[in-house]
Amino acid sequence: MNWKAFGAMLVRDAHVARRNVVQIMFQTFLQPLLFVFIFGRVMVGSGYMPPAYKSLLLPGIIAISMVFTGIWAVCMPLIAEFQWTREIEDRLLAPIDISWIAIEKVVAGMLQAIVAGLVVLPLAWLVLRPGVDISIHKPLEFVAMIVLVSLFSATGGLLLGCSMNQQHVGLMFSMVITPMIFFGCTYYPWSALNTFPILQKVVLINPLVYASEGLRAALVPQFPHLSTVAVLLALCLVDILLLMLGLRQFEKKAIS
Amino acid sequence: MAIGVRTEDLRKVYSSAPPMAATGIMARPPEKSKQPKPQIKALDGLSLEVKPGEIFCLLGPNGAGKSTTIGIITTRVRTTSGKAWVGEHEVWQEQAKVKRLIGVVPQRPNLDFSLTAREILIFHAAYFGIPPKEGAQRADELLEKFKLTDRSGQLTRGFSGGMMQRLSIARAMMHDPQVLFLDEPSAGLDPQTRILLWEIIREYNQLGKTVVLTTHNMEEADTLCQRLVIVDHGRVIAKGTPTELKRSIPGGFLLRLHFAKQTPELMQRLQRLAGVREVRPLDSTGADVYADRGGSLIAEVASVAAGVGAELSDVHISEPSLENLFLHHTGRSLRD
Repeated sequence: MNWKAFGAMLVRDAHVARRNVVQIMFQTFLQPLLFVFIFGRVMVGSGYMPPAYKSLLLPGIIAISMVFTGIWAVCMPLIAEFQWTREIEDRLLAPIDISWIAIEKVVAGMLQAIVAGLVVLPLAWLVLRPGVDISIHKPLEFVAMIVLVSLFSATGGLLLGCSMNQQHVGLMFSMVITPMIFFGCTYYPWSALNTFPILQKVVLINPLVYASEGLRAALVPQFPHLSTVAVLLALCLVDILLLMLGLRQFEKKAIS
Repeated sequence: MAIGVRTEDLRKVYSSAPPMAATGIMARPPEKSKQPKPQIKALDGLSLEVKPGEIFCLLGPNGAGKSTTIGIITTRVRTTSGKAWVGEHEVWQEQAKVKRLIGVVPQRPNLDFSLTAREILIFHAAYFGIPPKEGAQRADELLEKFKLTDRSGQLTRGFSGGMMQRLSIARAMMHDPQVLFLDEPSAGLDPQTRILLWEIIREYNQLGKTVVLTTHNMEEADTLCQRLVIVDHGRVIAKGTPTELKRSIPGGFLLRLHFAKQTPELMQRLQRLAGVREVRPLDSTGADVYADRGGSLIAEVASVAAGVGAELSDVHISEPSLENLFLHHTGRSLRD
């Protein structure tokens, strides 16, 4: 394993991210914060939503921000670099096993997802306060959730980025991302689906459900949520599966 | 110490569209397959040996298999069968080691659009473990050498084709590779930049480095390469030094003739002319005559033609060249 090359690639990605920081900020934070403002402030303030909704909403918003930052950070550059600019070839010719180039992309995506989660948390809290009742009672559990959710987002980005054609990016958002958000228990807890038993089972194939419920368990345990053990297990499985499939697709793309 | 390159019986069949320019011959899909995918045979048993420290060239028309060969030797294309070595290292088994030894200039620029010209070079050096200070110093030297210093702080998106090509070569040289691969390096370059490029390649070779390049430009192969192979349909059809290869054409001169009509008698009479080595009929009115003289033969050809009632209507004389050699082996022009 060539750590020097791996490190240099991470520095390259950080350098590019720093150069595009304003764009990334808007991409990452604008939509969740608008959502927080409308549902957490306007709807609660006008009495259409109960005040407790503020605390319920926050973990879901963090999950969305993290997951889509990670997917975006890995998927979009991969699509462009493999199909349009072919600029990834520079790194494919570096003296390092090509799986590690994919893993570097995943690590870079994870870091961006973690930063997104850790920035949106206080920002959303600022927009929502007063009356937000969140706390980190079990820091280890919180850290585990953040790491597993960021890994899910980055490996998902790897798989999508190596499986999709450039012209299908729009379709991906309407066919994959949008349903994932709405059926991802982000704006409501999983238990809210009790009255839709079939849907409640079906949404369990959506990894975002575990991300939202896991963060809910870590930040607002007073609300109903899926069992922490189940969430951790599910996220581990999803992460391993996506990583394996993503690495296979990456190799297929990288070597003809 | 300089390092050589070797391939043994390389075969490559693409079951989907081949990458970039590496297109080849369409083969029939396997008959029993449920969903027949088009199979494209790009390489058909290609073997070659590049000696340490030489400038070696793969000459051939588009789609001959040149880019696929370079792709395999540079770890970017998986073979269907056959092996390749860079120095002592088998390419597929020891990819990371091979990648340290080689520098690659692709046919289509693949510069990192998110970085400036100088950053591209410095990050490339970092991927190869070169310390930042040394990398920066080398980057500045190469930018100067390739006349890119004034653009070094700019993103490369707006660069012209020639500038991108120069930067690609500078990048490939950053880690001081033992073998430099250039895939169609002069395609799309203006004559001035082409000459600069040739100078740079020669200079790099004089440092004791091996250079492997592909081209469909005979002039490039002729002036730059010490040895070459001519590739067509994924096979080597001739190999040697440019001089050896040109000498191997019967007679050396090629006269492409057209008559009012072409008859077997005319062919026989042409064959009997002094200095004519070989006559090949060409469609219904033409003939290729290989001979050891050119213009001085025309008067005799004209009188022979008039003698059989097939007036000479068009003459094209080429001196000994690699183009003629290719034509001799394949019946096609390199530009076809």
